[in-house]
Amino acid sequence: MKLTLKIWRQKGPSDKGQMVTYPIDNIDGDMSFLEMMDILNEELIVKGEDPVAFDHDCREGICGMCSLFINGEAHGPDRAVTTCQLHMRKFNDGDTIYIEPWRAKAFPVIKDLVVNRGAFDRIMASGGFVSVNTSGNTVDANAIPVSKIDADKAFEAATCIGCGACVASCVNASAMLFVSAKVSQLALLPQGQVEAKQRVLNMVQTMDEEGFGNCTNTGACAVECPKEISLDNIARMNREYFKGMISAE
Amino acid sequence: MSKSVLLKSSIAKKYWMAFTGLFLCLFLVGHLLGNLQLFASGEEGRRAFNEYAYFMQHNPLIKVMSYVTYLSILFHAIDGILLAVQNKKARPVQYAVNNAASNSSSASRKMAVLGSIILIFIVTHMVNFWAKMHFGGLNLHKVEISVPNAPKPQELYITTNQNYIPVEQVEVRDETMFYNKEVNIKIGEGYKDLHSAVMAFFGKEAHGMKANPLAWLGVLLYTIAMAVLSFHLMHGFAAAFQTLGLRHPRYTPIIANVGKAFSIVVPALFAIIPLYIFFS
Repeated sequence: MKLTLKIWRQKGPSDKGQMVTYPIDNIDGDMSFLEMMDILNEELIVKGEDPVAFDHDCREGICGMCSLFINGEAHGPDRAVTTCQLHMRKFNDGDTIYIEPWRAKAFPVIKDLVVNRGAFDRIMASGGFVSVNTSGNTVDANAIPVSKIDADKAFEAATCIGCGACVASCVNASAMLFVSAKVSQLALLPQGQVEAKQRVLNMVQTMDEEGFGNCTNTGACAVECPKEISLDNIARMNREYFKGMISAE
Repeated sequence: MSKSVLLKSSIAKKYWMAFTGLFLCLFLVGHLLGNLQLFASGEEGRRAFNEYAYFMQHNPLIKVMSYVTYLSILFHAIDGILLAVQNKKARPVQYAVNNAASNSSSASRKMAVLGSIILIFIVTHMVNFWAKMHFGGLNLHKVEISVPNAPKPQELYITTNQNYIPVEQVEVRDETMFYNKEVNIKIGEGYKDLHSAVMAFFGKEAHGMKANPLAWLGVLLYTIAMAVLSFHLMHGFAAAFQTLGLRHPRYTPIIANVGKAFSIVVPALFAIIPLYIFFS
């Protein structure tokens, strides 16, 4: 397949940046999107040019490192996949593909297609944890009965890999889907109850301070999420926040 | 409230949007029920509508509700603008290509624009009718009765205690109060003829109110405003429940369907009234 790539190139955080066009040939439909990027970079290196910087790690859709806003959608046109799991067969010979970094004030560009998602880490540090006894007499988590329904919902929320596609897709660059998944996975389980009220207040406060936008319930986040995290979680966080807001001391 | 989150946090601001929005949906229903009386024609319809308008202006409970409505509109607008400004700031650099249509409805992404158009409509609408009702500019409700052998018909005011007073016998003070011309005592209160003002605004000459020469423009703009309201509600109604955390696999589909029906039926009925007056 022969393609025309239009890629965002930006030398560093303070560089203005621009879209640069790269023609590419001999792309196989069975390649992943990132393998296509590898081929492009090898060509650039041979030519003595600076390769395109992009985030990636496990390449099996579970680490949350890869990103890329492809043809106007986070992780490209396919549903429920990360960019590393997106196959080139989703594109046609002769296509022009636009590749851009996540765009959000809270995700500043470091270089080219790589953005700093440290804001997510700071949200997690402000409340996305449970306190457990590590003094030697730790209780087995399975010793506490949890209903199957709640366990499943908590698990589904916990499949969020924190890639930031929700923020990238949202018209307001809101992080509500990510934060609500992290609040939900703990709020649904008995182990998460100890810090429940303060957790949601702290995580939302950090989310706001990091400069993410507000939720307008467009639902774009859940559509583009590679792990299909549901809007149920946002509704749950809205309830949890109300509980915390009116009763936390 | 802890850390004064009630107004500062993103989620609390959304609670207020949802709360005021749903209250305004209730207001729309009340307003619509009142307006539907405009379909009743003739003197009886006119009288019923003007009596209703008087009731709406004087009933203490309605008065309280009207202030809650004004505050809700203001709060919904100001809060909405604050949220929209924050949302704009959250993405300083736009995408070169953004295929947003693949993941969300355009109404859901354009709530601030739709809301701003509705706010402009509310202001013009209030100037057109509400301001006249509250600050003057309306005639009093009077009827003409032809008397046998008289050269011209007798003009009578209708009073709020259901009496008829000949126009020439009274002096009108404070817009609606009837005073006896000889003795300085109040003998009744009249109804403002809002019905005729509405008819005239939408192109029908009525009881001394000249037909608005730009009625076609008024009808057109009112119809467009109702279409915009329909899109705003199409997203807003169900979204308000989601924001308040009211989501459940059993009830959310019902809320979504009620929201769709509401957002089509209510604005459509509002829009039909000026169209009906203009074309009838």
